Amino acid sequence: MRFSGLRVLREGLTGNRGWQAHWRDATPRPEYDVIIIGGGGHGLSTAYYLAKNHGLTNVAVLEKGWIGGGNVGRNTTIVRANYFLPGNSEFYSHSLKLWEGLEADLNYNVMHSQRGQISLFHSDAQRDAAVRRGNAMRNQGDDAILLDREGVRRHLPYLDFDNARFPIYGGLLQPRAGTARHDAVAWGYARGASERGVDIIQNCEVTGIDIDRGKVTGVQTTRGAIKAGKVAIVVAGRSSQVAAMAGMRLPIESHVLQAFVTEGLKPCINHVVSFGMGHFYISQSDKGGLVFGGDLDFHASYAARGNLPMVEHVMEAGMALMPMIGNARVLRSWGGIMDMSPDGSPVIDRTHIEGLYLNCGWCYGGFKAVPGSGWSMAHLVATGEPHKAAARYRLDRFETGRGLMDEEGTGAQHNLH
Amino acid sequence: MRIGGEGPIGRGRRIGFTFDGRAYQGLAGDTLASALLANGVRVMGRSFKYHRPRGVMTAGSEEPNALVTVGRGGLQEPNLRATQLELHEGLAARSQNRWPSLTFDILALNDLASPFFGAGFYYKTFMWPRAFWERVYEPMIRRAAGLGALSGAPSDLRVEKAWAHCDLLVIGAGPAGLMAALTAARAGADVIIADEDTRPGGRLNAETIEVDGVPGRDWAAEITAELSGMDNVRVMTRTTVTGAYDGGTYGALERLAPEVAARPGAPRECFWRIVARRAVLAAGALERPIAFANNDRPGVMMAGAVRAYVNRWCVSPGRSVAVFGNNSDAHRTVADLLAAGVHVSALIDARHDATCSLDVPFYPGAQVSNAHGRCGLEAVSILTPSGEEKIEAECLAMSGGWNPSVHLTCHMNGRPDWREDIAAFVPRPGAVPGLVAAGVARGDFSTRACLQGGVAAAREALTALGRTAPEIDIPGAEDSRYDITPIWSVPGRGRAWLDFQNDVTVKDVRLAAQENFRSVEHMKRYTTQGMAPDQGKNSNVNALAVLADATGRAIAETGTTTFRPPYVPVSIAAMGVGGRGKGFAPQRLTTSHELSVARGAPMIEAGLWYRPSYFPAPGESHWRQSCDREVLMVRNAVGVTDVSTLGKIDIQGPDAAALLDLVYANTFSTLKPGRVRYGLMLREDGHVMDDGTTARLGENQYLMTTTTAAAGLVMRHLEFVHQCLRPDWDVRMVSVTENWAQFAIAGPKSAELLNGLLDAPVADADWPFMSCGPVSVGGVGARLFRISFSGERGYELAVPARYGEALFRELVARAEPLGGGPYGMEALNVLRIEKGFITHAEIHGRTTAFDIGMGGMVSKAKDCIGKAAAARPGLSGEEREQLVGLKPVGTVKMLVPGAHLFEEGAEAVSDNSQGYITSAAFSPTLGHFLGLGFLRNGRARHGQRVRMVDHLKGVVAICEVQDPVQYDRDGGRMRG
Amino acid sequence: MRITCPICGERDRREFYYVGDAVALERPDADAPPEAWHGYIHLRDNPCGVTRDLWYHEQGCAAWLVVTRNTATHEVLGVALASDEKGEAR
Repeated sequence: MRFSGLRVLREGLTGNRGWQAHWRDATPRPEYDVIIIGGGGHGLSTAYYLAKNHGLTNVAVLEKGWIGGGNVGRNTTIVRANYFLPGNSEFYSHSLKLWEGLEADLNYNVMHSQRGQISLFHSDAQRDAAVRRGNAMRNQGDDAILLDREGVRRHLPYLDFDNARFPIYGGLLQPRAGTARHDAVAWGYARGASERGVDIIQNCEVTGIDIDRGKVTGVQTTRGAIKAGKVAIVVAGRSSQVAAMAGMRLPIESHVLQAFVTEGLKPCINHVVSFGMGHFYISQSDKGGLVFGGDLDFHASYAARGNLPMVEHVMEAGMALMPMIGNARVLRSWGGIMDMSPDGSPVIDRTHIEGLYLNCGWCYGGFKAVPGSGWSMAHLVATGEPHKAAARYRLDRFETGRGLMDEEGTGAQHNLH
Repeated sequence: MRIGGEGPIGRGRRIGFTFDGRAYQGLAGDTLASALLANGVRVMGRSFKYHRPRGVMTAGSEEPNALVTVGRGGLQEPNLRATQLELHEGLAARSQNRWPSLTFDILALNDLASPFFGAGFYYKTFMWPRAFWERVYEPMIRRAAGLGALSGAPSDLRVEKAWAHCDLLVIGAGPAGLMAALTAARAGADVIIADEDTRPGGRLNAETIEVDGVPGRDWAAEITAELSGMDNVRVMTRTTVTGAYDGGTYGALERLAPEVAARPGAPRECFWRIVARRAVLAAGALERPIAFANNDRPGVMMAGAVRAYVNRWCVSPGRSVAVFGNNSDAHRTVADLLAAGVHVSALIDARHDATCSLDVPFYPGAQVSNAHGRCGLEAVSILTPSGEEKIEAECLAMSGGWNPSVHLTCHMNGRPDWREDIAAFVPRPGAVPGLVAAGVARGDFSTRACLQGGVAAAREALTALGRTAPEIDIPGAEDSRYDITPIWSVPGRGRAWLDFQNDVTVKDVRLAAQENFRSVEHMKRYTTQGMAPDQGKNSNVNALAVLADATGRAIAETGTTTFRPPYVPVSIAAMGVGGRGKGFAPQRLTTSHELSVARGAPMIEAGLWYRPSYFPAPGESHWRQSCDREVLMVRNAVGVTDVSTLGKIDIQGPDAAALLDLVYANTFSTLKPGRVRYGLMLREDGHVMDDGTTARLGENQYLMTTTTAAAGLVMRHLEFVHQCLRPDWDVRMVSVTENWAQFAIAGPKSAELLNGLLDAPVADADWPFMSCGPVSVGGVGARLFRISFSGERGYELAVPARYGEALFRELVARAEPLGGGPYGMEALNVLRIEKGFITHAEIHGRTTAFDIGMGGMVSKAKDCIGKAAAARPGLSGEEREQLVGLKPVGTVKMLVPGAHLFEEGAEAVSDNSQGYITSAAFSPTLGHFLGLGFLRNGRARHGQRVRMVDHLKGVVAICEVQDPVQYDRDGGRMRG
Repeated sequence: MRITCPICGERDRREFYYVGDAVALERPDADAPPEAWHGYIHLRDNPCGVTRDLWYHEQGCAAWLVVTRNTATHEVLGVALASDEKGEAR
């Protein structure tokens, strides 16, 4: 069924009885060409592009809970392409281009809103780093505008320009950055994949990966064994556990990242704003809630919930940067499990086991990567070769030291990225 | 309207307030909601999506409809619950989410278009034309959405944060909570009892129940008095426990009484972090509505709230009230209404077997199917076993049963258990370590059971605390059975509301199920059920019951969504208090700070420190003038600058040398006492961590300096290496950064300046480059280091910090006659760029010793942190970007830090990027711009030309690659 | 979260700095093969359950601590001085 305004009108006039399931709930078949473990944003987009770009439709997405239930369902919805290191730069640039055509491609309104993101800087050194970043973005063909203090004031008059502990020197604006309705991204991809024949199987937890003489042959699940010659692990947040089923130990530590939303408010923040000194980023959802977050709670955790020290720190950063939000009330806080890698960048790669592919290590940048990750992962699974936009996301880079992408420059301590 | 009654509301004292500009009067003890009801105001808000007129539904913090805005400017607070807002003189509340007025709201048109605005409609439309999303559709949606508004002014709310510690935290001061607190208090435990109401008692304040033979609220007051009189008890009213966190930590929000908050300097709210060894959850329960057509009409209220308004506030929400329920509370409501003299037009009991002893029109086995009266209820339609009837009523009191307040028990991922007999979720024991539920929160509904449950919970806690529980009499109270036959929604045409705030109806949930959003989490996200300010407190259970029905599953199997903190919304100001302005991070000031400021130096942030940017001289109007002068002053005479912000770590012990050999890439055990060496420190992953000079003050004593930014990091690292890798080593270290004030004295005349100052002059023979030792300044013991970050002959003189200000003053005073003076960070930066000295602009965490040309410093003779990883093939070689010096040689004479480098003829795109500039400055010494940067295989490319491109400012410059050291390459000036 | 420092007693989590898995105590010998260093620096068991990790009482006594902890529940099961743990291991 095609979605459109006309369809909404027609259904509205006839009692909305014609709407159908957005995706089919499939039951597992004994064998597929490709099994994707993980029904999050990345797994679903991988399935979609396998079907759409590569004609592979004998594909199953296995989700232990409900699709979209991981980090794609609990993030701060920011979409941007403002990385500066080779590898990340081309990948996120490619991903942003996919975002820009996503609604038309999926026929699903994911509310991709290119409202612009401003990353603030607070010292000469931070400005120089922002210039380097902005130039990397422009080299990549993306948009970047350097704002001075007055330029920032024109966009964000409500910031504390006069009394801030870390004065606002300026900001790097990416007009094409913005937000998207996170859940809808998962559903849109699920619908698109399902329409093309992919089986989306919920409540099906993988309990083992079958390997025979160095080659993957299928998986064991809570709903029985399923055979496949190709298996893709796309389970950021649980990567270490699933990879361990194939005897692999990953360069990943799992951490909790909290985020927050306030009660609904009339429009007051029209951009995505990030605070360079305070690990704070904020935007306002279309429903009116201020959606914001900060840094990790900093200790390894699978609890998907955080504690007050970081809650308070994030609120303090908000008060430091934009005290006009002080009277907004926080409605809900939540936590996601982040796959933290030693250089803060992800892995999309083959493994030493034939037919087993790995997509992990998204740290807390996974949401905006969803289209690009699925596209590249599908390419890798279908052709056996890395896609050129993700060619540097190799698993062996830590061992060799070649092509590390440490945007933060904090080194191989997983929680510092 | 106000009625007679026995309620505690203060008779006599009248309070004036306004709502939407209209003046009203209420009574002391009123909430805004009770006062508005008393004044006959029925419409208090508009709904989120359809902008339907709404009246108050509840009497607590869960209120979905009566949300108002109070205050202006920095005190403007949106979305306040009228049910919690204590009436005080001058209160001016405004309705929200309506335009132009509450009674006439243009966007109420949405209500007419509701067939098209079903769950998730926006995912299916607004896609064409593409450019319209940001320009037309989204702005339209954003303007229509939202509830209240922020003023845009910085928050002026006075708020505080505080800590509290206790043996037992009792959450809720109803019968169960009071008994738990009393039991623990009498056992001598340190008890905090917190309740969000203005007075302890919980439901006893709203009911006509007796405890121990006296009215429940009097009993509660008595117990409260006893508790308040005990030293080991803190009774915290107006305090909502908002979250359960790890280690027995709870968040709580205290609202101060308006008369207290009005005192000068008093806070309005306080956010508490309460650390409790044990906790009792006695938070009671929330009553749930029943879904039927137009059940959101103003006047349709929760039965328990109606009893609260009648019994506590002496207000009847209507001249005639119909009561609709599926449990015994409906009868209690009728009895209370009758006792208060309110006309009851019908008792509609959904239970077929119900009987009634009260003198009212009674409809067993009936259900309300519709409500009439857009801006205030006029009548309800009911479906009885014998047909449909219409009954006049200005208020419908409904009770769909009670949901125990399990929320806090779910904050640590616990899931509640479904209990079929009471048709409700109850806390799963152990869900929050150390917390037990008691009373209604546990699913025990009678007053007597609550009193008993409170004692039992306290006993359990006392046992865990190692205390003996005292004998305590359980007061007498009603012990009736809670009898409920669940109904979730009444079948029929029309929209029946589940989530009143987000306008989610039964149809929406059914549509979600039809579209395969069958998981409760999918349904929530697709319909937005439970995502509004009440977080589904009023609606979640009903919605999942409807979903269970639509998907043919049991409620227990359908499960719930997750309750997450905070239990009630907490302002960013309250949780973030202290972060405002300069409070966000500590300010570290050097001993020369005030003198620098007095000389007009702009102070800039360096980590947490402040350092002078430059010292403007008379006649200088631009920083470059000052900077250039200061650079030349150092090159030609002498300059003084405060370097105290650099980290200083005193390392002592027989194994100090061994420790330094392990943490530095180069060797320090061979350094002679009285000598200083530059050291390069790697991270274990083979990249540069930090650099600095380390002096050997004695055989077993070193003084390490770090960069300003990395001082804490390096200190932590040294402790790590010692405690975690070599605890057997006999070495100790301490940060002495703040103990010493240290000043660089740089320039050809530095020795001259110094010798006029020191008690004994220094001779070059005794004080060669990279030497150190004790000296005396005016009788004060000091340390002198002959080191240089400027490339000139230089010294650093350190004195105990209390002499820092005096020494700086003296140094500057003596420098000036020599043609010198103070210099700031700008000049310091130029001087070091001229010399190719690196800072964190170069060692930014991604560079290796090889990259900066110091690969040879990594000692082959010994192990060091980072050595093994630095040997990885990817961390050295021609492919690496290596440190180079750059100078512009084309027509454009400037360099821009952050600009990328390309081959001269190559297009400035990513694939062609060969490197970037890290630092650049105009060199007054050399008369042109200079830069440092990283260039692929750069060391082999000295003399070649590259193109610098800064897209952001549109600057393109041709540069020549050269050695990073661009001034005095052989270092003769420095060595003197 | 509360951590009981063996030296200072029970303190709020915010006094402590976290670095990661206590594998950091087991630094390979200088001549260990690259795989050993790769394992030490990058690879982690990353269990969902009980783990031993390394904390630093930065705003307290500056002791490095080995905390035995459950990553799924945040329950703290034990705290020891890293120097003691290391001493026993040697």
